[in-house]
Amino acid sequence: MKQQLTIALSKGRIYKDTLPLLKHAGIEPLDDPETSRKLILDTNFPNIKLIIIRATDVPTFVEYGAADIGVSGKDVLLEHGGANVYEPLDLEIARCKLMVAGKPGTLGTGRRLRIATKFVNSAKRYYASKGEQVEIIKLYGSMELAPLVGLADAIVDLVDTGNTLRANGLEPLEHIADISSRLIVNKASLKTKSHEVNEFIQHMSDAVKLNSASRRD
Amino acid sequence: MTNNERWLLPDGMEELLPAQAEQIEFLRRSILKLYQRWGYRYVLTPLVEHFDSLIVGAGNDMGQHTFKLVDEMTGRLLGVRADITPQVSRIDAHRLQQDGPSRLCYAGPVLLTRPRELGGSRNPMQIGAELYGHAGIESDIEILELMLTSLHKASLKNVHLDLGHVGIFKSLVSHFGLDETIEKQLFDALQRKASPELAQILVGQKDKHCIAAFHALLELHGDETVFAAAREKLSGISDAVLTAVTELENIYRGLIKRHANIAVHIDLAELRGYRYHTGVVFAAYVPGYWQAIAQGGRYDEVGKVFGRARPATGYSMDLRAICQLLEDFVNDTNPIFAPAMQDEALEATIHTLRESGECVIRELPSQLGQRAGAVQAGCQRILVQKNNQWLVEELES
Repeated sequence: MKQQLTIALSKGRIYKDTLPLLKHAGIEPLDDPETSRKLILDTNFPNIKLIIIRATDVPTFVEYGAADIGVSGKDVLLEHGGANVYEPLDLEIARCKLMVAGKPGTLGTGRRLRIATKFVNSAKRYYASKGEQVEIIKLYGSMELAPLVGLADAIVDLVDTGNTLRANGLEPLEHIADISSRLIVNKASLKTKSHEVNEFIQHMSDAVKLNSASRRD
Repeated sequence: MTNNERWLLPDGMEELLPAQAEQIEFLRRSILKLYQRWGYRYVLTPLVEHFDSLIVGAGNDMGQHTFKLVDEMTGRLLGVRADITPQVSRIDAHRLQQDGPSRLCYAGPVLLTRPRELGGSRNPMQIGAELYGHAGIESDIEILELMLTSLHKASLKNVHLDLGHVGIFKSLVSHFGLDETIEKQLFDALQRKASPELAQILVGQKDKHCIAAFHALLELHGDETVFAAAREKLSGISDAVLTAVTELENIYRGLIKRHANIAVHIDLAELRGYRYHTGVVFAAYVPGYWQAIAQGGRYDEVGKVFGRARPATGYSMDLRAICQLLEDFVNDTNPIFAPAMQDEALEATIHTLRESGECVIRELPSQLGQRAGAVQAGCQRILVQKNNQWLVEELES
């Protein structure tokens, strides 16, 4: 009998982009989370279930084995820090960049900058690695507003097209990291459900290769 | 803190009620008895000692996990033990001065500044066994067997064993002459099996054997076929690498000869306790628990700082974590409730019963009377006087 596998996904872009990959692996959910209120979704495999949670909670669920496998943005993993999970596969979906952004000419003034961000740990680490001391202001949303109203000198945020920045008179200033979604795996699951988990990783890896090949065509 | 919050305990500090406390103590005793039968002598180490000696060989991580205080008598920095193993190494290296193998075991609470897991305990109950003075695989197999037997003793089922060997990674790093920064980055990437990062780290390496070897290491996990795959993929690099692979395989073969049913996962990129381990590393997992339930390995260098480098191998586990996985402990004491009255024959009977191993609870003078008192005390048997004799009688419900 096959062992139970629980896969944690977050709603929105990650879910939408992961579905085709799962489909390549032959896995299809029986409900649509956008219309269903269910948090645990059955799939066409009786031993595979999907759980739908907030993006920032995915590493926590996987680290503590509430899910065996998860799909999580690299931004979330960087922020979560040291995460005791395996990250065997770059799914090459939900790509964007973690960047410093602000009004043109903000940087290099020589005084201590105030940085607004929800990526507190990543921002601290980035500036520490540059040897620069900054004040971090934790915000939960509408980052772009902070430099406009004088709350901060710059922001650290995810940048996709840069349209929101430009619409608010800001521009990307420094590149911190390339972001895409990773497949993450609970450490104990890989050891105790080795066969099922490795098989799943292999299927997903094949799907990613197919996906990127078709993008190139 | 207001008066009505005085009951509040610090995060991660837990008190155990009788049912759980008795279960932990029962387990502690039965495991210590097992150690004794394997020839492991029990040692007691101090709760507090000089900070420097507590963190030897264990590196930065242990320093951060250790509670510190200042010795008012000397002004020196003290630490509350966060791990008993270094203390036992010191006993072997410095106090025992024995040349042949020595086998030691210990059990006791340790204190952590921060829990090892979210919402986890900062006050685990560590129990473990260490074998010093023998460098061969036989001692590693003995410790592995002891670990599996103790988990069996604790009634844990479906134990999965994870086996690795830090010598493989260490030899690769030294063979390719990688500096400390890259070594640390590679270690991080391997611990997370993060192949995208691994590729980035190795991007500047000119030697393509080096790149191939670390990528191979990442994939080398699974069942016993890993050994053959490792020999193929890591061949022609250095003898040290293949020696480590062979050593691990011999340990594996030696173990499954006697424990054929155990599920083993081989993972050559598993670098648990990399800072102080020098050879085989292992951990036991049980389904439904998100991290290792017991772990250990070989650490031959640790005794050096105490004056004597001795080969060493051992394992430890947290009794509190194990007890959380077990079914509720059934207390089968079935106590007897004895009346409060003064009577010599009664005293003698109570004494005899207690000597024979029975639990006798003495009624304290109250308005309840013996039967109601027995019910309140949770007793199903009472001591009653019949024909000048004191007899144990079931309390009819």
